[in-house]
Formats: sequence, C-alpha cells, structure tokens
Amino acid sequence: MKYGIMVSEGPYTHEAADTAYNFTKAVLEKGHEVFRVFFYHDGMNVGTRLSVPPQDDRNITAKWIELAEQYDLDLVVCVAAAQRRGLLDDDEAKRHGKDASNIAPKFRISGLGQLIEAGIQSERLVVFGD
Amino acid sequence: MAEPWEEDEAAGEIKKFMYMNRKAPYGTIYALESLEVVLIGAAFDQDVSLVFADDGVYEIVKNQSTDEIGMKNFSPTYRALEAYDVEKLYVLDTSLEERGLTEDDLLVDVEVVDAERLGELMEEQDVILSF
Repeated sequence: MKYGIMVSEGPYTHEAADTAYNFTKAVLEKGHEVFRVFFYHDGMNVGTRLSVPPQDDRNITAKWIELAEQYDLDLVVCVAAAQRRGLLDDDEAKRHGKDASNIAPKFRISGLGQLIEAGIQSERLVVFGD
Repeated sequence: MAEPWEEDEAAGEIKKFMYMNRKAPYGTIYALESLEVVLIGAAFDQDVSLVFADDGVYEIVKNQSTDEIGMKNFSPTYRALEAYDVEKLYVLDTSLEERGLTEDDLLVDVEVVDAERLGELMEEQDVILSF
C-alpha cells in the first residue's frame, strides 16, 4: 500500500511526531511505500537543524533524518507554516532578507499543494495530530 | 517551483477530500491553516467537503470582530469558498445545539447533519484531513 503521512503537531510538545515516525518506520519495514511525509502547523518544527534535545532522550529530528536516508523519504515542511514560525532554507532566507537559514538536512520546504498531491497519490493519508 | 496546476495530477483522478474542522478560530491556528489547505487544494479540482463539528462551528459564526485582539478576521473567506467550487459544507447538529447556535447564526449555507449521516459521509471519502 502507498501511504501519505501528515504530522500536525510539534516535536516533544505532542507525541504526534514520535507516533508518526514509529508508524512510518513500521510501514516501511513491512515493505509498503511512503509517498511523502508532510509537516504542517507546528509539525514543521521537526525540520529544524538547531534542536539540541537532552542526551538521555530521543532526538526526534535526527530519527526522521536517519529514516529518510535509509528509505529515501520525501520529508516536506509547509512553506506557509514555516514562514510563520521561523523555519527557512537558504533560498527563503535570501528572499526574505533574513540573516540565517535553519532547515535540517533531508527536509525540504514546499507548498501545501504537496499535501494535496500526497492525498491524491497515496492510497491512504494518515494524519498524526491533536 | 511548479504551480499546482502545472504539476502532474494522477491522470485526472478525482478523489473525495473531507476537511474536518473541530476547533474554534483565533484561539488556535488550526481553523486558519485548515482554510489555507482548502484554498490551495481548490486548484486540484477534487471533490471537496468541509465539516464543522465541536468548536469548529464557531469558525463560521456571523459577525466576528477581531479588532480588540489584533488578529485578522478571516471569516469572510468562508463566503468565498463557493467561488472555489467548494460548496459542500456540513455542520454537526449536536455541536450547534450544545453551543446554543442555529443555522441562522452561521455566515454560510450549510447542511446540518446528525452523527449517523456524518459517519456515512466519512465512509464515502478517499482522504480525510482533520484539523
């Protein structure tokens, strides 16, 4: 089965980013396909390069990056949500005159159309939120 | 970056998308960001339904005034949905009753449904996004 995944809540504040990760990993290990993982609302915060969580607990962003590397996952952060909350890539930073970019590797910023496309192209779109 | 209408759609396949809105506007961002998905999604010409349940019914209540809280009043956008071919708006009957509201309090035309009917509608969907 081809899955689309939506993460609607921020890392640590809600368990959504963890549960989505566990689900995505399980689904991939069973040989299913994940078309895209789309991070919306506060979920876009998973895509930060700058988080330094305590060493004795999980690093949510690092886990997603590792999974993306292993399975060539498409991790997409919504541009509108990211702009609102302060997550930029180099292009966005340049375009908006900001002095830094902070997106994590393996994540890319794109439009809400990517979420709709995930809904169209996947057989199941699973939403992890509040 | 390609515009939505330039992207390769799944051979013109039309899916039934339902947007489930359960939260009041302004207190949290879900109502606004849900609406943004609907507006962008309209370019993909899918079969769209919006459902307002629980506190989500407050999103479409008339006469919203946000001057005192310094936030943008985006409720007029719900009236523009028709122009985007988004015409199927449903409201859960008990959510209105629980809040002392009626259809007359709403700024758009909706179909009021009970839980059973809402369940039937949900069964028909290909994609359900919950906000």
